[in-house]
Amino acid sequence: MTQQAQTSTFPAGQVPRLPGMSFAWLGIVPFMIFAVMFLIAPAAILVVGAFQDQTGAFTLENIVNLFQPSIMSAYWISIQVSTASALIGALIGFFLAYAAVSGGLPQSVRATLMTFSGVASNFAGVPLAFAFLATLGRTGLVTTLLVKYAGFNIYSTGFNLLSFWGLVITYLYFQIPLMILIITPALDGIKKDWAEAASTLGASRLEYWRYVAFPILWPSLMGTMLLLFANAFGAIATAYALTGSSLNIAPILLYAQIRGDVLHNPHLGYALAFGMIVITGLSNGLYIWLRGRSERWLR
Amino acid sequence: MSFLDIVNLQKSFGSAYAVKNFNLSVVRGEFVSFLGPSGCGKTTTLRMIAGFEHPTAGLIRIDGKDVTNLRPNQRKIGMVFQSYALFPNMTVAENVAFGLKVARKPAEEVKARVAEMLKLIGLPHLGDRYPYQLSGGQQQRVALARAIAPKPQILLLDEPLSALDAKIRISLREEIRAVQRELGITTIYVTHDQEEALSMSDRIVVMNEGQVEQIGNPFEIYNRPSTRFVASFVGTLNILRAKVVDGASGRVAVDGQEIILPHGLPVSGAGEATLALRPEAITLNAHDASGSRLDGTIDEVSFLGSVIRIRVRLQNNIVTLDTFNNVGHRPPERGQPATISFAREDVLVLDEPQAA
Amino acid sequence: MKNSRLGSWLTIVLGAAYFLIPLIATVEFSLRMKRGEYSLEAYRVVLTDPRFQATFGYSTLIALATIVVGVLLVVPTAYWVQLRLPRWRPVVEFVTLLPLVIPPIVLVFGFLRLYNSSSWLPLTGSARGTDVLLTLGYATLALPYMYRAVDTGLRAIDIRTLTQAAESLGASWPTILFRVILPNVRVAVLSGAFLTFAIVIGEFTIASLLNAPAFGPYLQLIGANRAYEPSALAIIAFMITWACMGLIQVVGRGANRYRAAR
Repeated sequence: MTQQAQTSTFPAGQVPRLPGMSFAWLGIVPFMIFAVMFLIAPAAILVVGAFQDQTGAFTLENIVNLFQPSIMSAYWISIQVSTASALIGALIGFFLAYAAVSGGLPQSVRATLMTFSGVASNFAGVPLAFAFLATLGRTGLVTTLLVKYAGFNIYSTGFNLLSFWGLVITYLYFQIPLMILIITPALDGIKKDWAEAASTLGASRLEYWRYVAFPILWPSLMGTMLLLFANAFGAIATAYALTGSSLNIAPILLYAQIRGDVLHNPHLGYALAFGMIVITGLSNGLYIWLRGRSERWLR
Repeated sequence: MSFLDIVNLQKSFGSAYAVKNFNLSVVRGEFVSFLGPSGCGKTTTLRMIAGFEHPTAGLIRIDGKDVTNLRPNQRKIGMVFQSYALFPNMTVAENVAFGLKVARKPAEEVKARVAEMLKLIGLPHLGDRYPYQLSGGQQQRVALARAIAPKPQILLLDEPLSALDAKIRISLREEIRAVQRELGITTIYVTHDQEEALSMSDRIVVMNEGQVEQIGNPFEIYNRPSTRFVASFVGTLNILRAKVVDGASGRVAVDGQEIILPHGLPVSGAGEATLALRPEAITLNAHDASGSRLDGTIDEVSFLGSVIRIRVRLQNNIVTLDTFNNVGHRPPERGQPATISFAREDVLVLDEPQAA
Repeated sequence: MKNSRLGSWLTIVLGAAYFLIPLIATVEFSLRMKRGEYSLEAYRVVLTDPRFQATFGYSTLIALATIVVGVLLVVPTAYWVQLRLPRWRPVVEFVTLLPLVIPPIVLVFGFLRLYNSSSWLPLTGSARGTDVLLTLGYATLALPYMYRAVDTGLRAIDIRTLTQAAESLGASWPTILFRVILPNVRVAVLSGAFLTFAIVIGEFTIASLLNAPAFGPYLQLIGANRAYEPSALAIIAFMITWACMGLIQVVGRGANRYRAAR
């Protein structure tokens, strides 16, 4: 299908040289067909379905029905996990990136950190869950070593890897590296001259951060946090492999709905998906807007 | 009474000296340039005055107070950077107000001072713009306003014009000098551009390889360079190799033609001397025969517009000189014989001659 | 100064601990299959498992197909947009960012509604159809990364001049695209390809819901039923990711040397 459409690119390329008329837009038709069929239409049909009843008539009932406790709590836990992992990931990632960029460390530290971040930010999904089970699970290495040498059982404190905080700690494994990858260029954009200019003008280190460095960085910081949020919000494989369906987060609920219509209403399932698109769409939209803002300054 | 004192300042990185034995006294309101090639230590010295680098030895006094161990934000200095270093998140007015704001000055005073500064640099209408909306020249003027707004004791400028176009560079250097005169602020100006240093400064410190080569006013630096480095770095210079004929009376021979130096040389016997002549000290085919003369042939003529640059080959030595373009007068042509003449006092003796 | 450097080191060491301990623990766990001694037993069991071989082979093929589709889709489009349709650029860029907005689980939900066995295009009805749908679904997942890599690569070379030079020599459009443009963005394409491979090889959500015999669902299945094998699999997956990222760096460095030599 795509292959066929692809070949039409080339003849299309010769068309624009006809005087007076431009058919240059034909060159991106294959791409647009692909995007519509496998990106836009699948999302659109769910959005449309979210506003339809069983007979196909328009209704807001599905959206209203989203506000039942079991669905709301799934969204709410999802939002909490995503927010916590985004905030903590952004904070830790920022400090790591800052230490590597302006901490006076050897260049090799920075290079290693960047390479490792590239790997770890893509090391998500099912294997990541396995790694954390082997580390912090009930028989995980860290758990057993703590019991053996410190006489301390983290599970006796109420900690459970298959719970909210367990999921957050696991998500941090790709959230922190993603933060590092995105924020490092922004930190590179902070010029040493600004700090020096501020100090000759009498500003303390704190005042420099408050009035100059932080205001310059905050669009990038906020934006990256939103990206991390969306990144965690849509993720399912890690959570599913880690907790099975014991943790009721939105993507797992949707997974169960697709598998077995647990909501007993297909259109409520579409509304659930629609809600997810709205949340990730909002955070990505804000991210793009904020990125534009920070790029304008740092030109 | 000196306002800024730098005493025996040294800075070393490991075993390498970046700055060595730097001594300077600057009086209040003086404009002093540090001139030298890159890596000569001029920027390091400036950064020690600012407090960004800590000297290995020596001390820095401002207005009688030892500031050597003070942090930059306690020194009351204003600094202008090559990269402008304007805060990109603030408008022009906010940038200029920054130093006053962190000094907790009342809002009205800040507003008045910012307006005054923007007027001073000729950009009163651009207060609400952001740095990225300004040209390089405008940005650097704002940086200057920001540096002087909190009334610093000393203004430091680190190659402020290097990133700008030639035309803006010239107009801005006049502007900087005018602002400095108007405020009477003591200023240190770092540059590698000798024209900038010569045109702006009260005094110039010529530096090379971490050491001061010469300190003097532009006239002295240009006309009486005390070292070979200063002579060759400042201005263009014709270097002539000469044989000493009679050291005591200052008689030497350039490619076999004898001239007399402004003063005698300490060697009596035969030897070599290196002489220097500024291009503008030389006249071509002069009618009156006073001073020294050397004969040669025209080697090359370059027409540069208002100025014609002529190269004359004596024999082994080559002399370059400039003449003004004259509509009624055709420039000489290659291969023509030529006589150059110059006043005896204009010959600089660079190296003391050594016995052969 | 000294203190801040100490703080930086401390931060880095703590960070390294967080990232390395799970890896060490996983390696350690994967070696414990035989009671009382460290052995590579878990790896042996995994690697000789016919289901591992089948699913891994399947996912590798799908990943390769995804890369081919991605390149054929992205390179001509990015090229054409830069050359002839700069005004369409925001639209195309927006579309390439959509996969970040639409979570994979939502995307596959839409697939199941649009292309189920009773629809106008019953892709999920047959195994071959599922393969195609999975490949195209993965192509959308990889789209943001692939497009950005290629677009940046194209911007680094002057495609307008290259195109005009090739045209003046009488080259046809396929020749220009495949013999002139593609080789010049080879590094970008390869980077995008390795990244695509890393994302796709262990993908769970789409493969699972399309009931494809892929590596991701297999991993999940093993995880739910076995003790030591999952750790071995996690290490294998980590090494694959590492290899992909390493290859990106290697081709990138090769390109720099090539540029410097010119």
